[in-house]
Amino acid sequence: MSLTDAVSAPWDVQAIRRDFPALHQEVHGQPLVYLDNAATAQRPRAVLEAMRSYYEEDNANVHRAIHTLSQRATDRFDRAREVARRFLNAASEREILFTKGCTEGINLVAQCYARVFLKEGDLILVSGMEHHSNIVPWQLAAEATGARIRPIPITDAGEIDRQAYRVLLEEGPKLVALVHVSNALGTVNPVRELVAEARAAGATTLIDGAQGAPHVKVDVQEIGADFYAVSGHKLYGPTGIGVLYGREELLERMPPYQGGGDMIRTVSFEGSTWNMLPNKFEAGTPNIAGAIGLAAAMEYVESVGYPAMQAQEQQLLERATAGLQTIRGVRIYGNAPHKTGVLSFTMDAAHPHDIGTILESEAVAIRAGHHCTQPLMARYGLSATARASLTFYNTEEEVDRFLLAVHKVNEVFGG
Amino acid sequence: MSIDLRELYQELILDHSKRPRNSRALEGACCTASGHNPLCGDQITVYVREEGDRLAEVTYVASGCAISVASASMMSEALRGKTRAEAEALVEAFQKMVTSTGETVETPEGLEVFAGVREHPVRIKCAVLPWHALRAAMGSDGGVGSHVSTE
Repeated sequence: MSLTDAVSAPWDVQAIRRDFPALHQEVHGQPLVYLDNAATAQRPRAVLEAMRSYYEEDNANVHRAIHTLSQRATDRFDRAREVARRFLNAASEREILFTKGCTEGINLVAQCYARVFLKEGDLILVSGMEHHSNIVPWQLAAEATGARIRPIPITDAGEIDRQAYRVLLEEGPKLVALVHVSNALGTVNPVRELVAEARAAGATTLIDGAQGAPHVKVDVQEIGADFYAVSGHKLYGPTGIGVLYGREELLERMPPYQGGGDMIRTVSFEGSTWNMLPNKFEAGTPNIAGAIGLAAAMEYVESVGYPAMQAQEQQLLERATAGLQTIRGVRIYGNAPHKTGVLSFTMDAAHPHDIGTILESEAVAIRAGHHCTQPLMARYGLSATARASLTFYNTEEEVDRFLLAVHKVNEVFGG
Repeated sequence: MSIDLRELYQELILDHSKRPRNSRALEGACCTASGHNPLCGDQITVYVREEGDRLAEVTYVASGCAISVASASMMSEALRGKTRAEAEALVEAFQKMVTSTGETVETPEGLEVFAGVREHPVRIKCAVLPWHALRAAMGSDGGVGSHVSTE
Protein backbone atom coordinates (compact mmCIF):
# COMPACT_ATOMS: atom_id res chain seq x y z
CA MET A 1 0.00 0.00 0.00
CA SER A 2 1.47 3.35 -0.93
CA LEU A 3 1.30 6.36 1.25
CA THR A 4 -1.39 8.10 -0.76
CA ASP A 5 -3.63 5.05 -0.35
CA ALA A 6 -3.04 5.14 3.38
CA VAL A 7 -4.40 8.66 3.58
CA SER A 8 -7.78 7.93 2.08
CA ALA A 9 -8.09 4.40 3.49
CA PRO A 10 -8.94 3.68 7.13
CA TRP A 11 -5.94 3.91 9.43
CA ASP A 12 -3.61 1.00 8.72
CA VAL A 13 -0.71 1.18 11.11
CA GLN A 14 1.07 -1.73 9.48
CA ALA A 15 1.11 0.14 6.17
CA ILE A 16 2.53 3.18 7.94
CA ARG A 17 5.16 1.04 9.67
CA ARG A 18 6.36 -0.30 6.34
CA ASP A 19 7.51 3.25 5.57
CA PHE A 20 9.95 3.11 8.53
CA PRO A 21 12.78 0.61 7.91
CA ALA A 22 14.36 0.93 11.37
CA LEU A 23 11.21 -0.33 13.11
CA HIS A 24 11.62 -3.78 11.58
CA GLN A 25 14.38 -5.43 13.55
CA GLU A 26 14.95 -7.71 16.49
CA VAL A 27 16.71 -6.79 19.72
CA HIS A 28 17.71 -9.62 22.05
CA GLY A 29 15.77 -11.99 19.81
CA GLN A 30 12.49 -10.06 20.11
CA PRO A 31 10.87 -7.52 17.80
CA LEU A 32 11.97 -4.00 18.70
CA VAL A 33 9.42 -1.81 20.49
CA TYR A 34 10.64 1.73 19.92
CA LEU A 35 9.15 4.07 22.53
CA ASP A 36 11.88 6.70 22.65
CA ASN A 37 10.36 8.94 20.00
CA ALA A 38 10.69 12.10 22.09
CA ALA A 39 14.48 11.63 22.08
CA THR A 40 14.58 11.06 18.35
CA ALA A 41 12.01 9.66 15.96
CA GLN A 42 12.64 7.15 13.19
CA ARG A 43 12.73 8.33 9.59
CA PRO A 44 10.41 7.22 6.80
CA ARG A 45 11.94 5.82 3.63
CA ALA A 46 10.90 8.99 1.76
CA VAL A 47 13.42 10.98 3.84
CA LEU A 48 16.23 8.49 3.26
CA GLU A 49 15.42 8.34 -0.45
CA ALA A 50 15.40 12.13 -0.83
CA MET A 51 18.85 12.37 0.77
CA ARG A 52 20.20 9.43 -1.20
CA SER A 53 19.07 10.85 -4.52
CA TYR A 54 20.51 14.25 -3.64
CA TYR A 55 23.93 12.78 -2.88
CA GLU A 56 23.92 10.30 -5.75
CA GLU A 57 22.49 12.54 -8.46
CA ASP A 58 22.56 16.24 -7.60
CA ASN A 59 25.38 16.81 -5.13
CA ALA A 60 26.98 20.23 -5.61
CA ASN A 61 27.31 23.44 -3.65
CA VAL A 62 24.36 25.81 -3.66
CA HIS A 63 24.08 29.45 -4.69
CA ARG A 64 27.53 29.31 -6.32
CA ALA A 65 28.27 27.81 -9.67
CA ILE A 66 26.59 27.98 -13.03
CA HIS A 67 26.89 24.28 -13.75
CA THR A 68 23.96 21.90 -13.94
CA LEU A 69 24.46 20.04 -10.67
CA SER A 70 24.81 23.27 -8.71
CA GLN A 71 21.58 24.50 -10.24
CA ARG A 72 19.79 21.27 -9.32
CA ALA A 73 21.16 21.33 -5.77
CA THR A 74 20.14 24.99 -5.43
CA ASP A 75 16.64 24.23 -6.73
CA ARG A 76 16.17 21.38 -4.28
CA PHE A 77 17.57 23.39 -1.37
CA ASP A 78 15.37 26.40 -2.17
CA ARG A 79 12.38 24.13 -2.60
CA ALA A 80 13.07 22.68 0.87
CA ARG A 81 12.73 26.17 2.30
CA GLU A 82 9.43 26.67 0.51
CA VAL A 83 8.18 23.36 1.92
CA ALA A 84 9.20 24.44 5.42
CA ARG A 85 7.47 27.78 4.95
CA ARG A 86 4.26 26.09 3.86
CA PHE A 87 4.53 23.48 6.63
CA LEU A 88 4.76 26.17 9.31
CA ASN A 89 2.51 28.61 7.41
CA ALA A 90 5.04 31.43 7.59
CA ALA A 91 4.21 34.50 5.50
CA SER A 92 7.52 34.47 3.66
CA GLU A 93 10.57 32.30 3.00
CA ARG A 94 12.62 35.18 4.38
CA GLU A 95 11.31 34.15 7.80
CA ILE A 96 12.55 30.55 7.49
CA LEU A 97 16.14 30.00 8.64
CA PHE A 98 17.82 26.62 8.42
CA THR A 99 19.75 25.79 11.58
CA LYS A 100 21.49 22.69 12.83
CA GLY A 101 18.62 22.02 15.17
CA CYS A 102 16.12 23.45 17.59
CA THR A 103 18.87 24.21 20.11
CA GLU A 104 20.79 26.29 17.60
CA GLY A 105 17.62 28.18 16.70
CA ILE A 106 17.12 29.21 20.33
CA ASN A 107 20.79 30.10 20.69
CA LEU A 108 20.58 32.25 17.58
CA VAL A 109 17.75 34.26 19.11
CA ALA A 110 19.54 34.45 22.47
CA GLN A 111 22.73 35.75 20.83
CA CYS A 112 21.33 37.96 18.05
CA TYR A 113 18.21 39.24 19.76
CA ALA A 114 18.39 38.95 23.56
CA ARG A 115 22.07 39.74 23.85
CA VAL A 116 21.76 42.73 21.52
CA PHE A 117 18.48 44.28 22.60
CA LEU A 118 18.15 43.42 26.30
CA LYS A 119 19.62 45.63 28.98
CA GLU A 120 20.60 45.31 32.62
CA GLY A 121 17.62 44.49 34.80
CA ASP A 122 15.39 43.42 31.89
CA LEU A 123 13.25 40.39 32.67
CA ILE A 124 13.16 37.10 30.74
CA LEU A 125 10.41 34.61 31.59
CA VAL A 126 10.72 30.89 30.95
CA SER A 127 8.40 28.18 32.24
CA GLY A 128 9.28 25.62 34.89
CA MET A 129 8.95 22.80 32.36
CA GLU A 130 11.59 23.99 29.90
CA HIS A 131 14.23 21.79 28.37
CA HIS A 132 17.75 22.94 29.27
CA SER A 133 18.08 24.23 25.71
CA ASN A 134 15.38 26.82 26.44
CA ILE A 135 17.03 27.86 29.71
CA VAL A 136 20.79 27.90 29.26
CA PRO A 137 20.93 30.09 26.10
CA TRP A 138 18.99 32.77 28.03
CA GLN A 139 21.34 32.42 30.98
CA LEU A 140 24.27 33.12 28.66
CA ALA A 141 22.47 36.17 27.26
CA ALA A 142 21.52 37.31 30.77
CA GLU A 143 25.10 36.98 31.93
CA ALA A 144 26.25 39.21 29.07
CA THR A 145 23.53 41.84 29.45
CA GLY A 146 22.64 41.84 33.14
CA ALA A 147 19.09 40.72 32.35
CA ARG A 148 17.22 38.56 34.89
CA ILE A 149 15.46 35.22 34.37
CA ARG A 150 12.35 34.18 36.29
CA PRO A 151 10.62 30.80 35.99
CA ILE A 152 6.85 30.56 35.58
CA PRO A 153 5.57 27.99 38.11
CA ILE A 154 3.81 24.89 36.90
CA THR A 155 0.97 23.01 38.54
CA ASP A 156 0.96 19.50 40.01
CA ALA A 157 -0.74 18.23 36.85
CA GLY A 158 2.09 19.66 34.78
CA GLU A 159 0.55 22.79 33.29
CA ILE A 160 1.71 26.39 33.33
CA ASP A 161 0.13 28.17 36.30
CA ARG A 162 -1.85 30.77 34.38
CA GLN A 163 -2.52 32.96 37.42
CA ALA A 164 1.16 33.06 38.34
CA TYR A 165 1.99 33.76 34.70
CA ARG A 166 -0.30 36.81 34.66
CA VAL A 167 1.29 38.13 37.82
CA LEU A 168 4.76 37.74 36.31
CA LEU A 169 3.64 39.46 33.10
CA GLU A 170 2.70 42.51 35.17
CA GLU A 171 6.42 42.97 35.81
CA GLY A 172 6.82 43.77 32.11
CA PRO A 173 9.16 41.04 30.83
CA LYS A 174 11.04 41.87 27.66
CA LEU A 175 11.13 38.27 26.50
CA VAL A 176 9.01 35.18 27.14
CA ALA A 177 10.36 31.77 26.03
CA LEU A 178 8.03 28.78 26.34
CA VAL A 179 7.94 25.18 25.26
CA HIS A 180 5.08 24.17 22.98
CA VAL A 181 4.97 20.52 24.08
CA SER A 182 6.88 19.34 27.16
CA ASN A 183 9.39 16.61 26.35
CA ALA A 184 9.26 15.27 29.91
CA LEU A 185 5.49 15.50 30.61
CA GLY A 186 3.81 15.62 27.21
CA THR A 187 1.81 18.71 28.18
CA VAL A 188 0.60 20.67 25.16
CA ASN A 189 0.73 24.30 26.22
CA PRO A 190 -1.95 26.69 24.91
CA VAL A 191 0.74 28.69 23.15
CA ARG A 192 -1.61 30.92 21.16
CA GLU A 193 -3.18 32.23 24.38
CA LEU A 194 0.10 32.39 26.26
CA VAL A 195 1.77 34.31 23.43
CA ALA A 196 -1.16 36.72 23.13
CA GLU A 197 -0.88 37.55 26.83
CA ALA A 198 2.88 38.01 26.57
CA ARG A 199 2.56 40.27 23.54
CA ALA A 200 -0.10 42.33 25.28
CA ALA A 201 2.42 42.81 28.08
CA GLY A 202 4.97 44.02 25.54
CA ALA A 203 7.23 40.96 25.47
CA THR A 204 8.99 39.39 22.53
CA THR A 205 8.12 35.70 22.39
CA LEU A 206 9.87 32.47 21.43
CA ILE A 207 8.33 29.01 21.31
CA ASP A 208 10.51 25.90 21.59
CA GLY A 209 8.76 23.63 19.12
CA ALA A 210 11.07 20.59 19.32
CA GLN A 211 8.21 18.37 20.50
CA GLY A 212 5.47 20.51 18.99
CA ALA A 213 5.73 19.96 15.26
CA PRO A 214 6.05 16.14 15.52
CA HIS A 215 2.63 15.92 17.17
CA VAL A 216 0.50 19.01 16.56
CA LYS A 217 -0.11 21.24 13.54
CA VAL A 218 2.04 24.35 13.82
CA ASP A 219 0.77 27.55 12.23
CA VAL A 220 3.22 30.27 13.21
CA GLN A 221 0.87 33.05 12.14
CA GLU A 222 -1.93 31.67 14.25
CA ILE A 223 0.34 31.10 17.26
CA GLY A 224 1.64 34.62 16.82
CA ALA A 225 5.07 34.15 18.41
CA ASP A 226 8.01 36.20 17.17
CA PHE A 227 10.19 33.08 16.97
CA TYR A 228 9.38 29.38 16.69
CA ALA A 229 12.21 26.80 16.72
CA VAL A 230 11.84 23.37 15.10
CA SER A 231 13.98 20.24 15.30
CA GLY A 232 14.40 18.05 12.23
CA HIS A 233 15.19 14.68 13.79
CA LYS A 234 12.23 14.71 16.15
CA LEU A 235 10.00 15.46 13.15
CA TYR A 236 10.97 12.19 11.40
CA GLY A 237 13.73 14.01 9.51
CA PRO A 238 17.55 13.88 9.64
CA THR A 239 19.76 14.94 12.53
CA GLY A 240 21.80 18.13 12.22
CA ILE A 241 19.00 20.20 10.68
CA GLY A 242 16.27 22.40 12.09
CA VAL A 243 14.27 25.47 11.23
CA LEU A 244 13.95 28.75 13.04
CA TYR A 245 10.95 30.82 12.10
CA GLY A 246 11.46 34.49 12.88
CA ARG A 247 9.23 37.48 12.30
CA GLU A 248 10.74 39.37 9.38
CA GLU A 249 10.87 42.81 10.99
CA LEU A 250 12.83 41.41 13.95
CA LEU A 251 15.21 39.36 11.79
CA GLU A 252 15.91 42.52 9.75
CA ARG A 253 16.92 44.42 12.90
CA MET A 254 19.09 41.62 14.25
CA PRO A 255 22.82 41.35 13.46
CA PRO A 256 24.13 38.19 11.75
CA TYR A 257 24.71 35.08 13.87
CA GLN A 258 27.98 33.91 12.30
CA GLY A 259 30.23 35.36 9.62
CA GLY A 260 31.32 33.55 6.49
CA GLY A 261 30.30 32.73 2.97
CA ASP A 262 26.71 33.08 1.78
CA MET A 263 25.75 35.54 4.51
CA ILE A 264 27.47 38.58 2.96
CA ARG A 265 26.69 40.91 0.11
CA THR A 266 30.12 42.55 -0.18
CA VAL A 267 33.36 42.03 1.71
CA SER A 268 36.33 44.37 1.87
CA PHE A 269 38.96 44.96 4.53
CA GLU A 270 37.18 48.20 5.37
CA GLY A 271 34.02 46.32 6.20
CA SER A 272 31.31 44.04 4.87
CA THR A 273 27.61 44.26 4.16
CA TRP A 274 25.08 41.55 4.86
CA ASN A 275 23.08 39.46 2.50
CA MET A 276 19.29 39.60 2.51
CA LEU A 277 17.11 37.35 4.64
CA PRO A 278 17.33 34.47 5.20
CA ASN A 279 20.94 34.15 3.99
CA LYS A 280 22.14 36.74 6.51
CA PHE A 281 21.78 34.07 9.18
CA GLU A 282 23.16 31.12 7.22
CA ALA A 283 26.94 31.44 7.01
CA GLY A 284 28.85 28.75 5.16
CA THR A 285 27.73 25.88 3.00
CA PRO A 286 24.43 24.78 4.51
CA ASN A 287 23.32 21.27 5.41
CA ILE A 288 21.85 20.80 1.95
CA ALA A 289 21.01 17.11 2.27
CA GLY A 290 19.58 17.76 5.73
CA ALA A 291 17.26 20.47 4.44
CA ILE A 292 16.13 18.23 1.58
CA GLY A 293 15.55 15.37 4.00
CA LEU A 294 13.65 17.58 6.41
CA ALA A 295 11.41 18.83 3.61
CA ALA A 296 10.69 15.20 2.70
CA ALA A 297 9.78 14.52 6.34
CA MET A 298 7.43 17.50 6.40
CA GLU A 299 5.76 16.34 3.20
CA TYR A 300 5.42 12.87 4.67
CA VAL A 301 3.70 14.27 7.77
CA GLU A 302 1.41 16.37 5.57
CA SER A 303 0.48 13.31 3.54
CA VAL A 304 -0.36 11.20 6.60
CA GLY A 305 -2.07 14.16 8.23
CA TYR A 306 -2.12 15.32 11.84
CA PRO A 307 -5.71 14.25 12.56
CA ALA A 308 -4.92 10.60 11.75
CA MET A 309 -1.55 10.73 13.53
CA GLN A 310 -3.13 12.24 16.63
CA ALA A 311 -6.02 9.80 16.69
CA GLN A 312 -3.60 6.86 16.72
CA GLU A 313 -1.30 8.44 19.30
CA GLN A 314 -4.15 9.41 21.65
CA GLN A 315 -5.63 5.94 21.48
CA LEU A 316 -2.27 4.44 22.43
CA LEU A 317 -1.78 7.02 25.17
CA GLU A 318 -5.11 6.11 26.74
CA ARG A 319 -4.32 2.41 26.60
CA ALA A 320 -0.86 2.90 28.08
CA THR A 321 -2.06 5.27 30.80
CA ALA A 322 -4.89 2.98 31.85
CA GLY A 323 -2.52 0.01 31.88
CA LEU A 324 0.19 1.78 33.88
CA GLN A 325 -2.35 2.94 36.46
CA THR A 326 -3.13 -0.67 37.33
CA ILE A 327 0.51 -1.57 38.00
CA ARG A 328 1.55 -1.54 41.64
CA GLY A 329 3.77 1.34 42.71
CA VAL A 330 3.62 3.29 39.44
CA ARG A 331 3.26 7.05 39.59
CA ILE A 332 2.72 9.03 36.36
CA TYR A 333 4.04 12.60 36.11
CA GLY A 334 2.28 14.89 33.67
CA ASN A 335 -1.48 14.57 33.80
CA ALA A 336 -2.57 17.57 31.77
CA PRO A 337 -5.86 17.00 29.93
CA HIS A 338 -4.17 18.04 26.69
CA LYS A 339 -0.99 16.01 26.24
CA THR A 340 0.93 14.03 23.65
CA GLY A 341 1.92 10.37 23.99
CA VAL A 342 4.50 10.86 26.73
CA LEU A 343 4.39 8.61 29.82
CA SER A 344 6.83 9.84 32.43
CA PHE A 345 6.70 7.61 35.48
CA THR A 346 8.42 6.28 38.56
CA MET A 347 7.96 3.01 40.43
CA ASP A 348 8.23 2.33 44.14
CA ALA A 349 10.17 -0.87 43.52
CA ALA A 350 12.86 0.38 41.19
CA HIS A 351 14.87 3.39 40.12
CA PRO A 352 14.13 4.68 36.60
CA HIS A 353 17.52 3.48 35.40
CA ASP A 354 16.72 -0.07 36.55
CA ILE A 355 13.30 0.18 34.88
CA GLY A 356 15.08 1.09 31.66
CA THR A 357 17.38 -1.90 31.89
CA ILE A 358 14.53 -4.36 32.52
CA LEU A 359 12.56 -2.92 29.60
CA GLU A 360 15.65 -3.08 27.41
CA SER A 361 15.94 -6.79 28.16
CA GLU A 362 12.43 -7.10 26.69
CA ALA A 363 13.47 -5.06 23.60
CA VAL A 364 11.35 -2.11 24.75
CA ALA A 365 13.34 1.10 24.17
CA ILE A 366 12.52 3.93 26.57
CA ARG A 367 14.51 6.72 28.17
CA ALA A 368 15.43 7.00 31.84
CA GLY A 369 16.89 10.15 33.33
CA HIS A 370 16.15 13.81 33.87
CA HIS A 371 15.32 14.39 30.18
CA CYS A 372 17.37 17.62 30.19
CA THR A 373 14.72 19.16 32.48
CA GLN A 374 16.45 19.26 35.86
CA PRO A 375 14.39 22.20 37.20
CA LEU A 376 11.21 20.29 36.31
CA MET A 377 12.50 17.15 38.06
CA ALA A 378 13.31 19.28 41.11
CA ARG A 379 9.76 20.69 40.99
CA TYR A 380 8.45 17.15 41.56
CA GLY A 381 11.21 16.20 44.00
CA LEU A 382 12.71 13.72 41.56
CA SER A 383 16.13 13.11 40.11
CA ALA A 384 14.84 11.06 37.20
CA THR A 385 11.83 9.38 35.61
CA ALA A 386 11.35 6.56 33.15
CA ARG A 387 9.79 7.92 29.98
CA ALA A 388 8.00 6.07 27.22
CA SER A 389 7.16 8.34 24.30
CA LEU A 390 4.66 7.15 21.71
CA THR A 391 3.99 8.29 18.22
CA PHE A 392 1.69 7.47 15.33
CA TYR A 393 3.61 4.43 14.08
CA ASN A 394 3.40 2.63 17.39
CA THR A 395 0.80 -0.10 17.88
CA GLU A 396 -1.50 -1.48 20.56
CA GLU A 397 0.61 -4.65 20.64
CA GLU A 398 3.67 -2.55 21.39
CA VAL A 399 1.86 -0.77 24.21
CA ASP A 400 0.89 -4.15 25.64
CA ARG A 401 4.47 -5.40 25.47
CA PHE A 402 5.58 -2.22 27.21
CA LEU A 403 3.04 -2.81 30.00
CA LEU A 404 4.11 -6.44 30.39
CA ALA A 405 7.72 -5.32 30.71
CA VAL A 406 6.75 -2.80 33.40
CA HIS A 407 5.00 -5.63 35.28
CA LYS A 408 8.25 -7.53 35.04
CA VAL A 409 10.06 -4.73 36.88
CA ASN A 410 7.89 -5.52 39.90
CA GLU A 411 8.64 -9.24 39.50
CA VAL A 412 12.40 -8.67 39.44
CA PHE A 413 12.44 -6.14 42.25
CA GLY A 414 9.73 -7.72 44.33
CA GLY A 415 7.56 -4.60 44.20
CA MET B 1 14.07 -13.44 33.99
CA SER B 2 16.45 -13.76 31.07
CA ILE B 3 19.89 -15.17 31.86
CA ASP B 4 21.39 -11.81 31.03
CA LEU B 5 19.23 -9.99 33.57
CA ARG B 6 19.76 -12.61 36.24
CA GLU B 7 23.48 -11.99 35.89
CA LEU B 8 22.97 -8.28 36.48
CA TYR B 9 20.34 -8.35 39.20
CA GLN B 10 21.64 -11.18 41.36
CA GLU B 11 19.93 -11.82 44.70
CA LEU B 12 22.83 -10.33 46.60
CA ILE B 13 22.68 -7.10 44.59
CA LEU B 14 18.92 -6.82 45.02
CA ASP B 15 19.31 -7.47 48.74
CA HIS B 16 21.94 -4.76 49.19
CA SER B 17 19.96 -2.28 47.07
CA LYS B 18 16.87 -2.78 49.22
CA ARG B 19 18.69 -2.94 52.57
CA PRO B 20 21.86 -0.90 52.06
CA ARG B 21 24.41 -1.46 54.86
CA ASN B 22 26.33 1.39 56.48
CA SER B 23 24.11 3.93 54.78
CA ARG B 24 24.52 7.10 56.84
CA ALA B 25 26.59 10.26 57.16
CA LEU B 26 29.60 9.78 59.41
CA GLU B 27 30.43 12.10 62.29
CA GLY B 28 34.15 12.60 62.60
CA ALA B 29 34.98 11.35 59.13
CA CYS B 30 38.53 12.14 58.11
CA CYS B 31 37.69 12.37 54.47
CA THR B 32 34.62 12.67 52.33
CA ALA B 33 33.82 13.14 48.67
CA SER B 34 30.73 13.31 46.52
CA GLY B 35 30.08 11.60 43.24
CA HIS B 36 27.42 12.35 40.68
CA ASN B 37 26.27 10.78 37.48
CA PRO B 38 24.60 13.69 35.72
CA LEU B 39 22.97 11.54 33.06
CA CYS B 40 20.82 9.43 35.35
CA GLY B 41 20.94 11.54 38.48
CA ASP B 42 22.75 9.05 40.73
CA GLN B 43 24.34 10.87 43.67
CA ILE B 44 26.56 9.67 46.46
CA THR B 45 28.64 11.10 49.27
CA VAL B 46 31.22 8.76 50.76
CA TYR B 47 32.64 9.16 54.28
CA VAL B 48 35.80 7.51 55.62
CA ARG B 49 37.04 7.30 59.22
CA GLU B 50 40.61 6.14 59.64
CA GLU B 51 42.35 4.56 62.57
CA GLY B 52 46.09 4.54 62.04
CA ASP B 53 46.54 3.66 58.41
CA ARG B 54 43.40 1.55 58.31
CA LEU B 55 39.90 2.44 57.13
CA ALA B 56 37.98 1.86 60.33
CA GLU B 57 34.66 2.80 58.81
CA VAL B 58 33.27 3.63 55.38
CA THR B 59 29.74 5.00 55.08
CA TYR B 60 27.77 6.85 52.41
CA VAL B 61 24.57 8.66 51.62
CA ALA B 62 23.37 7.60 48.20
CA SER B 63 20.40 8.15 45.97
CA GLY B 64 20.36 6.18 42.79
CA CYS B 65 19.65 2.96 40.99
CA ALA B 66 19.92 -0.54 42.41
CA ILE B 67 23.35 -1.09 40.91
CA SER B 68 24.91 2.06 42.36
CA VAL B 69 23.34 1.64 45.81
CA ALA B 70 24.29 -2.05 46.04
CA SER B 71 27.79 -1.22 44.90
CA ALA B 72 28.11 1.42 47.63
CA SER B 73 26.74 -0.94 50.24
CA MET B 74 29.05 -3.80 49.37
CA MET B 75 31.99 -1.45 49.02
CA SER B 76 31.43 -0.15 52.54
CA GLU B 77 31.59 -3.70 53.89
CA ALA B 78 34.53 -4.80 51.79
CA LEU B 79 36.72 -1.87 52.83
CA ARG B 80 36.23 -1.95 56.56
CA GLY B 81 39.57 -2.59 58.26
CA LYS B 82 41.60 -2.44 55.03
CA THR B 83 44.80 -0.43 54.82
CA ARG B 84 44.92 2.44 52.35
CA ALA B 85 47.08 0.37 50.01
CA GLU B 86 44.68 -2.58 50.19
CA ALA B 87 41.76 -0.25 49.56
CA GLU B 88 43.47 1.27 46.53
CA ALA B 89 44.11 -2.22 45.17
CA LEU B 90 40.49 -3.21 45.68
CA VAL B 91 39.24 -0.10 43.87
CA GLU B 92 41.56 -1.03 41.01
CA ALA B 93 40.40 -4.65 40.95
CA PHE B 94 36.72 -3.69 41.04
CA GLN B 95 37.13 -1.22 38.22
CA LYS B 96 38.98 -3.82 36.16
CA MET B 97 36.34 -6.46 36.80
CA VAL B 98 33.39 -4.37 35.60
CA THR B 99 35.12 -2.83 32.60
CA SER B 100 37.30 -5.69 31.34
CA THR B 101 36.36 -7.25 28.04
CA GLY B 102 38.96 -10.03 28.34
CA GLU B 103 38.05 -13.65 29.01
CA THR B 104 39.83 -14.13 32.32
CA VAL B 105 39.34 -11.44 34.89
CA GLU B 106 40.28 -11.60 38.52
CA THR B 107 37.20 -11.00 40.57
CA PRO B 108 37.76 -9.44 43.97
CA GLU B 109 36.48 -11.74 46.68
CA GLY B 110 32.95 -11.03 47.80
CA LEU B 111 32.32 -8.65 44.90
CA GLU B 112 32.03 -11.23 42.11
CA VAL B 113 28.32 -10.48 41.74
CA PHE B 114 29.18 -7.27 39.93
CA ALA B 115 30.95 -9.08 37.10
CA GLY B 116 27.60 -9.20 35.25
CA VAL B 117 27.65 -5.42 34.86
CA ARG B 118 30.23 -5.90 32.09
CA GLU B 119 27.45 -7.07 29.80
CA HIS B 120 25.54 -3.80 30.29
CA PRO B 121 27.90 -1.02 29.19
CA VAL B 122 25.53 1.81 30.10
CA ARG B 123 25.36 0.52 33.68
CA ILE B 124 29.11 0.34 34.32
CA LYS B 125 29.21 3.93 35.45
CA CYS B 126 26.51 3.17 38.01
CA ALA B 127 28.64 0.41 39.55
CA VAL B 128 31.88 2.39 39.67
CA LEU B 129 30.40 5.67 40.96
CA PRO B 130 30.81 4.85 44.70
CA TRP B 131 34.34 3.59 44.11
CA HIS B 132 35.33 6.76 42.26
CA ALA B 133 33.92 8.82 45.11
CA LEU B 134 35.86 6.71 47.62
CA ARG B 135 39.08 7.20 45.72
CA ALA B 136 38.46 10.96 45.64
CA ALA B 137 37.80 10.93 49.37
CA MET B 138 40.98 9.06 50.16
CA GLY B 139 43.01 11.37 47.95
CA SER B 140 41.49 14.51 49.27
CA ASP B 141 43.52 14.89 52.50
CA GLY B 142 40.40 15.43 54.46
CA GLY B 143 39.41 18.11 51.97
CA VAL B 144 35.79 19.09 51.84
CA GLY B 145 33.73 19.27 48.68
CA SER B 146 35.82 16.97 46.54
CA HIS B 147 33.66 15.86 43.65
CA VAL B 148 33.80 13.24 40.96
CA SER B 149 31.57 12.49 38.04
CA THR B 150 31.19 9.32 36.05
CA GLU B 151 30.15 11.12 32.88
